[in-house]
Amino acid sequence: MKTTAPVQPSPLPLRRNILDLDDYSVEEIASVFQTTDAMKEVLGREIRKVPTLRGKSIITVFYEASTRTRVSFEQAGKVLSADVINVSSSGSSAEKGESLYNTALTLQAMNADIIVMRHPHSGAPYFLARHLKASVINAGDGTHAHPTQALLDMYTMRGHFGRLQGLKVTIVGDILYSRVGRSNLWGLTKMGAEVTLCAPPTLLPPDFLGSRRALEEHPFAAVKVETKVERALEDANVVMALRLQLERQKAGHLPSLREYSRLYCITPKRLALARPDVLVMHPGPMNEGIEIDPEVAHGAQSVIEEQVTNGVAARMALLYGVVTPVRSGR
Amino acid sequence: MAHQVLEHNRGVEAVVLVGILSRGYPIAKRLAEWIERFEHKAPPVGALDISLYRDDLAGKVRPTVRRTDIPFPIEGKCVILIDDVLFTGRSIRAAMDALTDFGRPSAIQLGVLVDRGHRELPIRADYVGKNMPTAFEEDVAVRLVETDGVDEVTIISKDKP
Repeated sequence: MKTTAPVQPSPLPLRRNILDLDDYSVEEIASVFQTTDAMKEVLGREIRKVPTLRGKSIITVFYEASTRTRVSFEQAGKVLSADVINVSSSGSSAEKGESLYNTALTLQAMNADIIVMRHPHSGAPYFLARHLKASVINAGDGTHAHPTQALLDMYTMRGHFGRLQGLKVTIVGDILYSRVGRSNLWGLTKMGAEVTLCAPPTLLPPDFLGSRRALEEHPFAAVKVETKVERALEDANVVMALRLQLERQKAGHLPSLREYSRLYCITPKRLALARPDVLVMHPGPMNEGIEIDPEVAHGAQSVIEEQVTNGVAARMALLYGVVTPVRSGR
Repeated sequence: MAHQVLEHNRGVEAVVLVGILSRGYPIAKRLAEWIERFEHKAPPVGALDISLYRDDLAGKVRPTVRRTDIPFPIEGKCVILIDDVLFTGRSIRAAMDALTDFGRPSAIQLGVLVDRGHRELPIRADYVGKNMPTAFEEDVAVRLVETDGVDEVTIISKDKP
């Protein structure tokens, strides 16, 4: 998608579910950014509360560990005056063997308007979206997608450069297992950024982009793939390090963590190959010293904490644009 | 309207203007310019978005939320809310709710370019550019050079497309 004129955002179209960025248009992403700008102002006020979602209930269901995403959604919902209830898999009826479907029906019967779910299996939120009247927001499903993270990442880049078009974004690390990487790939290519993926071949299979790359029109056609981190970092505007998913590394993709860190860790020396005003990003949680050097993670180029702050505003914008089911008697 | 504001408030010392986005804001800026011509001092002008305070979040799209920008304290000030059209009064209700999140003004007054009637809430304007009798089904469209490239007010009747 090549556009030269700045994209004019359209009014925020209502959507029932937020599952991945593959079905977002350039205009819709632009209008999410514009709404996020306004939400940031709300977060800067002395009284951080607006009545927009009064009387709505949001239930977050996390079948995988999370701090920032869950808290971020909870705060976003509360600033918009929704009632937010958190459910985690440990201590829930899932431990007693209840199926995902029955848990979801139970939550819906308790009048949940929006269900925010993280699940270890790719596609689980799609399953819920098909069977529920409530809106479903994907907060990370297996290795598949993490759309709200990608939107806040792109929003952070746009905040620094004023654009995404033509930005050189290098994503380094565990591409194979990264839902953050996948959703960013969709969003960034749509917005006209030049994406380079970099990882050892075992974590970036040659057929990763698959047959889609062969189609000239496909947004992935221009994505570069690089196994040498030094080459991938050259002239980069943004470096995004992905978390090496240690819990999934037992499959033997890497000879040793030490070798991975020696060859792919974002160190100050490697970062110097990128542009002087490069942004360093990481979706968190970080394995400092493995995929990113602590000096880089907390250095002057790092916007990792800003990502977290922007996450709340971006999720407020997304919650604002989600339609809630109409109840009878209203 | 600038004269009315000055007479009513005995000068501009304690007055701040807050325009409701999108078209109340340019009107507020113009009013501030007029006041400056007479008083040699312009009151501060802020912009207020009320989408997050509306009571009618229905329909296919959400109103675009614009960035609220009130870079001055309103505590103890007389805030004059400015909008283009006063109709049911629901926007003004939302605007007053939004304003009180920023502090406690000593008073809130209301100035509008057009009052078209059909109030649904006990709200009235302190300063009115023009009273325009309309039917409920009609639409009043205000266009401004700043937002639309032209200054005009049109009444659009819905039955005649």
